[in-house]
Amino acid sequence: MAAISREEVAHLARLSRLAVTEQELDQFASQLDVILQSVARVGEVAADDIPPTSHSVPLTNVYRDDVPLPCLTQEEALSGAPDAFEGRFRVPRILDEEV
Amino acid sequence: MTDLTRMSATELAGRIKSGEVSAVEVAQAHLDRIEAVDPRVHAFLHVDREGALAAAARVDSGEVSGPLAGVPVAVKDVIATKGIPTTAASKILEGWRPPYSATIVERLQRAGTVMLGKTNMDEFAMGSSTEYSAYGPTNNPWDLGRIPGGSGGGSAAAIAAYEAPLAIGTDTGGSIRQPGAVTGTVGAKPTYGGTSRYGLIAFSSSLDTPGPCARTVEDAALLHSVIAGHDPRDSTSIPQPVPDVVGAARLGATGDLTGVKLGVVKEFVGDGSEPGVMAAFRDSLEALVKLGAEVVEVSCAHFQYALPAYYLIAPSECSSNLARFDGVRYGLRVGDDGNRSLEEVMSLTRDAGFGPEVKRRIILGTYALSSGYYDAYYGQAQKVRTLITRDFQTAFEQVDVLVSPTTPFVAFPFGSRTSDPYQMYLADLFTIPTNLYGGPAISVPCGLSEGLPVGFQIMAPTMADDRMYRVAAALESAVGTFTPPAL
Amino acid sequence: MTYEDVLAKYEPVIGLETHVELGTRTKMFCGCKTDFGAEPNTQVCPVCLALPGSLPVANRAGIEATIRIGLALNCDIASWCRMARKNYFYPDMPKNYQISQYDEPLCTDGYVDVELDGKQYRIGIERVHLEEDTGKSLHVGGATGRIHGATESLVDYNRAGIPLVEIVTKPVPGVGALAPEVARAYVTELRDIIRSLGVSDVRMEQGSLRCDVNTSLNLPGEEWGTRTETKNVNSLRSVERAVRSEIIRQAAILDDGGRIMQETRHFQEDTGATRSGRSKETATDYRYFPEPDLVPIAPDPAWVQELKASLPERPSSKRAHLREEWGISALDMQSVANAGAVELIEETIAAGASPAGARKWWMGELARRANEQGIELAAVGATPAQVAALQKLVEDGKLNDKLARAVLEGVVSGEGDPAQVMSARGLGIVSDTGALAAAVDEAIAANPDIAAKIRDGKVAAAGALVGAVMKTTRGQADAKTVRDLILSTLGVS
Repeated sequence: MAAISREEVAHLARLSRLAVTEQELDQFASQLDVILQSVARVGEVAADDIPPTSHSVPLTNVYRDDVPLPCLTQEEALSGAPDAFEGRFRVPRILDEEV
Repeated sequence: MTDLTRMSATELAGRIKSGEVSAVEVAQAHLDRIEAVDPRVHAFLHVDREGALAAAARVDSGEVSGPLAGVPVAVKDVIATKGIPTTAASKILEGWRPPYSATIVERLQRAGTVMLGKTNMDEFAMGSSTEYSAYGPTNNPWDLGRIPGGSGGGSAAAIAAYEAPLAIGTDTGGSIRQPGAVTGTVGAKPTYGGTSRYGLIAFSSSLDTPGPCARTVEDAALLHSVIAGHDPRDSTSIPQPVPDVVGAARLGATGDLTGVKLGVVKEFVGDGSEPGVMAAFRDSLEALVKLGAEVVEVSCAHFQYALPAYYLIAPSECSSNLARFDGVRYGLRVGDDGNRSLEEVMSLTRDAGFGPEVKRRIILGTYALSSGYYDAYYGQAQKVRTLITRDFQTAFEQVDVLVSPTTPFVAFPFGSRTSDPYQMYLADLFTIPTNLYGGPAISVPCGLSEGLPVGFQIMAPTMADDRMYRVAAALESAVGTFTPPAL
Repeated sequence: MTYEDVLAKYEPVIGLETHVELGTRTKMFCGCKTDFGAEPNTQVCPVCLALPGSLPVANRAGIEATIRIGLALNCDIASWCRMARKNYFYPDMPKNYQISQYDEPLCTDGYVDVELDGKQYRIGIERVHLEEDTGKSLHVGGATGRIHGATESLVDYNRAGIPLVEIVTKPVPGVGALAPEVARAYVTELRDIIRSLGVSDVRMEQGSLRCDVNTSLNLPGEEWGTRTETKNVNSLRSVERAVRSEIIRQAAILDDGGRIMQETRHFQEDTGATRSGRSKETATDYRYFPEPDLVPIAPDPAWVQELKASLPERPSSKRAHLREEWGISALDMQSVANAGAVELIEETIAAGASPAGARKWWMGELARRANEQGIELAAVGATPAQVAALQKLVEDGKLNDKLARAVLEGVVSGEGDPAQVMSARGLGIVSDTGALAAAVDEAIAANPDIAAKIRDGKVAAAGALVGAVMKTTRGQADAKTVRDLILSTLGVS
């Protein structure tokens, strides 16, 4: 399987909103390369007609009724906020338009 | 009076109930012990003196009662406790006080247990040594220069150091069992879905399982029965009643395993483990045979792919679960100087707030889920999961439980496995398969190797948690418990 | 190039993606209320705030509503499917992933029939799936309240987690010049169908029905062209305008030898044109994977059958028998449907008006107002009950047509019910016979020549005196009553 390049790591870091330093980039690229080569072993197993398992519990159709439950107060909701204003969470200017 | 901190939870519960000793006395004794030894062990990230004494007082006044009333318990810091700092051992949640408590914490409170504080762990439950905690490692009470296991090293060390008789951990790839093994304590992972994940800071959602840590099998079973059970706030919570794990533990303690078939996983008794670990394992097998058990060798051919599959599934799920830590609603925010955009502030915050192992896994997970790579990595890993499940199901047609050493090596020195992440991952070699299957497993201390504890792992079919407690209690009755050198 | 020229040369292909906000009492994955207008962040909990450790639990009513929508759109309902995580970072999406559906939608492969000018068009439905809505951000510091130029944003999560149903059509070729109208007719029909199910208000102007329109052009016989997606389409009229404007814009580029960029565009209400948003050249990789916190959805076939059997009458067949009841032509019914007046008229009749009376107001004065202001008929400011009351006042002789129109103006301006407006503004027909007689005497006295003519038998001349009385009473008299009174006063029968 292909090794992972420094550029790919940088791209993935951007995608996951991680402002990695140059040093971290170098380190991660080589470490992830080793890890990826090891985990790529899963490809050795011939699994074309094997169904994937996403849940180990054999449950389906778990629902709740459309009935209101107690919620948080505005104070509790904002209690951990790094920055809040008049009942809302305040964030710096957003660059991207919504997808 | 015998040292209260040396007593089991079962014993303490009995003495408190009979009035021989008060819950406050018991709480105080443990708080004193923490004060005396935790500067060297560092099992706790937060000790809640006031809360503990208040909870103990409520037991003494008769306000709360139950089978574990007044018994102290420590809680891994990945679990939400209302009003009490919950950090997941990460800088990104430094000082965060949740406005709500996890379901299992509420159950612990209703049962009258006394929460002493929050224990140390690898950051966001990612690790096998607690070296990845952002607040410094925990030291193994058996040898303070060695790791206590991970990710739940704090809970296990607190038990081993007599700071608490009971603790809660969480197990995703072995994070309860492996620390149990290297600290000479009991650590159990219930069937996935058997204990509620509501309030458990998610690492890998389809694998995370809260579970009990204790010094004896019966204590672990008692704690298990208090926290387990269906929770409507967790969609993956098992609706069926909790199996009678306490009854099973007591049955096992009588030391009779006639007719019980133990399957030794062939792939796990090769050269991968330290010789001392294998020796203790084999001695334990002999002890179990003497109790009437039959040993059968079974082959689980796909178990060799469990580790790589896990290190694709878990990082993938965690890359998504950790996206919420963005400096908007809670936790750390860095770099907000009035000029930077939100995207920049988010990126700076996450880079400053997450440690290297967490970052590696987020990047790895993002990669494995990327279009173009999904089928080869995440998709393939989910198929391997099916094959491993089938291996378990086939094996359980032949035997009642599967057994193996819990982990290939005893407690290793600090720094010996951090330069190569994959070397650290190998500690989970034997514990991971059952997480992928969703079945219950327990680690019981079974011997020593060069003075350090070795753990014996027992794995049972899903929903048959009682079965593993029975065999574990039987082994304990044969080999006894192990006490670390005085601190 | 004129629109006609463009359509002579190119073939348009359209597609529509619609989001319906369900009207469930609680959110899709937690028990928070969904009431409109609450104080910010007062209808939130650990789940919809995405606090660490929280977990989603699916709202049965949301699943049911989605299945009913799928059934009403003639879709197949999945026997087993899962929710999926759609991963991307955005501050009003608290988990930084949205619980949605990816390759296993709950409903697939349906259709909606729309009728335009007597011709039928079948719009294929690709899929109907369930997901959750985001919170709302206020962008502060910029000139227009939009993101561009803002210095900060303020986020409210009350809306985060409200269930959304996404309905995606298959591409619709072969509509030619009627593409804009077909698009509008589809959204109208979709809206009517969903409203009849009672699962959502489906009000475009309130955001409970959101529409994105896809448009592409190709030369006859060639492959479909690159499509653009147009967002911010907030009314039925805008759907039509957006498609039309995109067709013209794309044709101009293609004629010039240019290439259409695959992108998201924004519709501008004021100009009727679309503006470039973000380029979608490199599509976002959402890294979808099955949602591990939710178990699969496997609707019981018997339950689905029950839901199918209890679907309400299709709006189109309802329109067919209403047409008969009201005694109007198919073309007239089409106009009523296009104006969005079917239910309004129905409700007005239920409130006591005759079909003709109800239609007169909704298709006349009120439709005129709605068109003038560019708003939906339902938003024009009068309720069916008020219209029925108004019509009754006319039929009871308390108002004439002209006065009634004045009262209506008061009603839509929010001054109250017709009776209130009538009395507050003093618009009622003068029925006080004394006052009327006085006015008649006055008119007779002021016009002795005309009065003489009437006495002589020229009854037609009474018209001028009627006019004079109407003037004196400021139009607040019933013309026939006045005429009768004049004649009787003058001793003429």
